[in-house]
Amino acid sequence: MLTKRIIACLDVDAGRVVKGIQFVDIVDAGDPAELAARHASEGADEIVLLDITATHEGRATLLETVRHTARMLFVPFAVGGGIRSAHDAEQVFDAGADKVSVNSAALADPTLIETIGRSFGAQAVIVAIDARRDPEAADPVRDAQVFVQGGRKPAGRRVVEWAREAEARGAGEILLTSMDADGTRTGFDCALTAAVSQAVGIPVIASGGAGTVAHFTEVFAAGKADAALAASIFHFGVSSARSLKQGLAAAGVSVRLPC
Amino acid sequence: MRVTVIDYKAGNLTSVLKALRHLGAEVEVTDSDLGMVAAAERIVLPGVGHFAATHRLDASGLTLAIRAAIARGVPFLGICVGMQWLYAGSTEEPNQPGLGQFLQTCARFPDGPEKVPHVGWNSLKVHADSRLLAGVEDGEYVYFTHSYRAPVTTNTAATTDYIETFAAAVESGNVMGVQFHPEKSGETGLMILRNFLALEPAEAAC
Repeated sequence: MLTKRIIACLDVDAGRVVKGIQFVDIVDAGDPAELAARHASEGADEIVLLDITATHEGRATLLETVRHTARMLFVPFAVGGGIRSAHDAEQVFDAGADKVSVNSAALADPTLIETIGRSFGAQAVIVAIDARRDPEAADPVRDAQVFVQGGRKPAGRRVVEWAREAEARGAGEILLTSMDADGTRTGFDCALTAAVSQAVGIPVIASGGAGTVAHFTEVFAAGKADAALAASIFHFGVSSARSLKQGLAAAGVSVRLPC
Repeated sequence: MRVTVIDYKAGNLTSVLKALRHLGAEVEVTDSDLGMVAAAERIVLPGVGHFAATHRLDASGLTLAIRAAIARGVPFLGICVGMQWLYAGSTEEPNQPGLGQFLQTCARFPDGPEKVPHVGWNSLKVHADSRLLAGVEDGEYVYFTHSYRAPVTTNTAATTDYIETFAAAVESGNVMGVQFHPEKSGETGLMILRNFLALEPAEAAC
């Protein structure tokens, strides 16, 4: 049976993890390679490395970080943040990423999705969407506003129509972050996730709002999510992918339990 | 443990090469060197993306070279599209024939409520006395990402259920294929690649 995926997210700035679980017995809690390997051994189904460095110099550091992190990682590995062109994507793939996540650049030029997909396959392209409910819209959920530049600027797009376009252009997956839920630890936006997941035929990864194991159970059931991103939950609540998955399995969710 | 990896420009090889090297293999890569294939001890044909990409194998002469290597008894492993290529063809690109080692045709998952592509970790049901899957137990998980799949036949080495039961692995003598990505399937995947690398080429048939 196809399991629900738990994806561990590492936010990286200048080659160092700035958020993420600090395992007690880990030598260097800021080393992305060490943390990625630990998450994978604890049962994370996939690792996402999100580059939050915006500088040009940071890009070279990022590629070195991706190489270093990918070296001993034998689960799917996605990299996002600042990928603006097919050339950027190619460099990240060559460094060892299996997938790239594009956001602002895909909104600025949606053909980027097709360009990357043609060379590396649709499965290698994740379109990340940051959305906030629009209380003034006829349907505040389906017509949630899409934002770019880390949530600072409206993109002038609505979440469901943009997700459908991304799929039509060959996206392999959608990484959907609810800006309303993000950082609240009060649960995923299940209505938003379900609206997008039911509108497309590709997998949807839910992000934003996780605080407890029950939040994941809800987003897989009511939210129709195929996967969920776990980031700050490892800070504040559940201690590892292992304990999260044990909790999910006990709640009847189909997950891959670590050995 | 020398292994020849075929590059036919279908996606990124980095992960496959990394996993094989991690296991101690001496890896060589070619997109056109027929002599290298003729001298190969083991061949891996990876591949993500579209079945149409396999036309490069025909155009470069690699198809004939691989067919000859297989006939010599060289262990061959096709991954994802590389497994599908072992069949007569795929409805993804009906005008592009496969190697025809297995007579069936690969086809897209049927439409329905389930999502296509099939992406994520799914469990294996291991059949028969597979050399490739030795030590892999029923219920172990591996990572899939695909929209087309091969039917279950007598050569099927493992099956997986998604929408229906399909061939997750195929094996006949020295010819093997996996629909999933062993290079992305954690310890289970590494064990499968280790099994493959441990296979020795048969004595030359001539």
